[in-house]
Amino acid sequence: MDFLYYMGDVFTPINFGLLLLGTIGGLILGATPGLSPTMTVALMIPFTFKLAPEQGLILLGAAYTSTVAGGAVSAILLKIPGAPANIATTLDGHTMAQKGEGAKALQISFIASAIGGLFGVFLLIFLTPVLATWALAFGPSELFWLAILGVTVIGTLDSSSVVKGLLSGCIGLWLATIGFDDIMGAQRFIFHSSVSGGINIIPALIGLFAIPQVIAMFAKGRSNVDAEIIVVQRHPIGAAFREVFSRKRALAIGTSVGSIIGLIPGVGGQIAGLVAYDQSKKMSPESGKFGTGHPEGVIAAESANNAMVGPSLVPLLTLSIPGSPTAAVLLGGLLIHGIFPGPSLFTQYPQVVWPFINSMLVGQILMCMFGLFIAGWAANVARVPRSVMAAVVLGLAVFGSYSVGHSMGDVYVMASLGLAMYFLERFGFSAAPLVLGLILGPIAEANFMQGAMIANATVGKMAYFFTGWLNWLLILIVVASIGYSIWMELRQRRYTTKEEASA
Amino acid sequence: MKKWIAGAALALTAMTGTAMAEGHGDYPERPVMLMVSYGAGGATDFQARIVTMTAGNEDALNMPIAILNKSGAGGRVGWNWLAQAEADGYTLGAYNVPHFIAQSIEGGVDYSTDSFEPIANWGADPAVFVVGADSEFNSMADVIAYATANPGGLTFSGAGLFVGHHIAALQLEKAAGVELAYIPNNAGGAGAMRAVIAGEVLGGVNNLSDAFRAREAGTVKILGVFDLERNAFIDDVPTMMEQGYEIDNASVNYRGVMVPAGTDQAIIDHLAAVVPTMFENGRVASRMAAGGSPMHIMNRAEVQEMWAQRQVTLEALLADL
Repeated sequence: MDFLYYMGDVFTPINFGLLLLGTIGGLILGATPGLSPTMTVALMIPFTFKLAPEQGLILLGAAYTSTVAGGAVSAILLKIPGAPANIATTLDGHTMAQKGEGAKALQISFIASAIGGLFGVFLLIFLTPVLATWALAFGPSELFWLAILGVTVIGTLDSSSVVKGLLSGCIGLWLATIGFDDIMGAQRFIFHSSVSGGINIIPALIGLFAIPQVIAMFAKGRSNVDAEIIVVQRHPIGAAFREVFSRKRALAIGTSVGSIIGLIPGVGGQIAGLVAYDQSKKMSPESGKFGTGHPEGVIAAESANNAMVGPSLVPLLTLSIPGSPTAAVLLGGLLIHGIFPGPSLFTQYPQVVWPFINSMLVGQILMCMFGLFIAGWAANVARVPRSVMAAVVLGLAVFGSYSVGHSMGDVYVMASLGLAMYFLERFGFSAAPLVLGLILGPIAEANFMQGAMIANATVGKMAYFFTGWLNWLLILIVVASIGYSIWMELRQRRYTTKEEASA
Repeated sequence: MKKWIAGAALALTAMTGTAMAEGHGDYPERPVMLMVSYGAGGATDFQARIVTMTAGNEDALNMPIAILNKSGAGGRVGWNWLAQAEADGYTLGAYNVPHFIAQSIEGGVDYSTDSFEPIANWGADPAVFVVGADSEFNSMADVIAYATANPGGLTFSGAGLFVGHHIAALQLEKAAGVELAYIPNNAGGAGAMRAVIAGEVLGGVNNLSDAFRAREAGTVKILGVFDLERNAFIDDVPTMMEQGYEIDNASVNYRGVMVPAGTDQAIIDHLAAVVPTMFENGRVASRMAAGGSPMHIMNRAEVQEMWAQRQVTLEALLADL
């Protein structure tokens, strides 16, 4: 119960002020397209130089917590996922906002985020030693099978047909091969200097999701402006709480999937939301409603991506290995004060590490309160006339892509992928499976190559990839997932476009 | 009141006057940018932010240095950009040797040592050989004995290809005369370290600073240093040379500041005089020591010599690849 003992430290005036600053600042920065949690935390590091260690970490912990949730704001209102974690949130969240239910979508996303987030941080507090062994259990072969499991999700994710889903997934997998290959040192498909470092995931996300929107808005914007304005429904906060707690299945799946996957170094944060979304869709009796503005979609995605925050720090705090880019930035925040993470961290620096963890707990609650407070008026974004909105989104898209690497190359990548996606969408293809391919491609490939190299030097490929209970468990889930997709495809006739399917 | 206004006006004129006098033809007149070719939060970025934090002091550049991250393809994206950047003295870059020299020898990039002018070196992070804490290997002799008994069967991880770890791996293979299985990791040094701790590979080459931290955490043993001398952070660990392997310091990760070739010689001279004193600042040294980052300050002439040496060594080493 050490964390309760140090809880008071969070509420001293200066520390609480920093916590508020981190939470509100993180929420605003997180809602800005292109500023991923990693970048936001990195931006705050210089401010911690002058602070005491625990104060600096309180600021960073609160910022990390709230940027992850803040990404949902732009995902819901503008259909621009701020980071890969928020992709799944766009699928139902933005559809809800278009129907005038933006306030409701934001409220349930903040509540689900806080619940998932609190659960994740409690896991970090109580189960850290157990979780540390789990984080080490995923070697190249397990990560390869995990990525393959992700690929099986591609077919059923937000597409009108499995074939089209798989096709756009393949496009994503191909795009992922562009650039330098880390393992073999080869240069692949570098046809323009903008892609010499490969396709950067953030500009790709912004382009694929936002640009087709912008073009569609410009196309419709000129015709009868008055008729287009959406009535934004007000939504009482109490009803939002009841809504979230009545969707127990989605909440449970989101929270548990997020916590488990969040632990896996290097993979977790990016796919936790998508896997949770897909799982709750498959297990829901109303799976047909997903993608049409179903609250369960938002709840599953957002509880998952915040549940991953706590567990994602386990490898860093116990083994001194940063499991994610954000954890690497936090490592810098610790090292600058001469604090080395590791098993002795909790005994040597309890006055630093517990306030840090507590700040993430309190930060979740503050983030939820502040989010609920702004949700009502933020939803009015949907009332902005289309032509104005299109210009604003386009501006944000360019700004967000440029800010990732201060490079016009990323803006060109964003614009060309977005333009291509506009035409693909008209033929019933969807951005989500394409992005999933882009994320999973490098994970599957690099881990297969590493596994194969280790296997060739030791036991041979078959023995390496097909032994161990974890490998077999993952293989079984892969087979089940594919079987389920085939069964669903046979059971119901699929439609050519999403509009037809929902009509 | 009138007097006060007149006084204020006088003071204002005086201030602008001095500002103009100082600013006239003086470099730098505005903040300077330092390009780091790795992402925010990485070791190079982290150290670059510390060593440049006193740039705004009057005895240093008198202007702050802003860090600009251009990451991708193991640093190639950033260095390609810097090679073509405007050589106006306001665009500096951080270098990692042997990385950028090895990459330029490998080919497919737009830079070589001729594309840049070194200013000063701030850090040197040697590569070390690590094994898991419960490994049966207790010295490099144990490792090489295993590798001799199982040719090509000793798996060991490192941060990637054409980086310091890869160079160290090639040197070890050559010096010990055995075939080893170097497994480059796509998640960099942290990923390579994880593979060692989780027991996915039998050993690994990693940064001394990270290995030191991991040893403090009790997860690894450090068996040898790929450098000419022992390191103060881990002075109980012998060098490779002491253990009988002819390995020099070619794989040591040197970090420092450079500018694009073609920058005005006066600016280069000014930077070369000021930047090393900036690194010597006591606040910088204490922050670097706290973070376990070994410092090694070298002036422009010393860095030029080091670059030229590396070029020769790496060309010979990579020729067999």
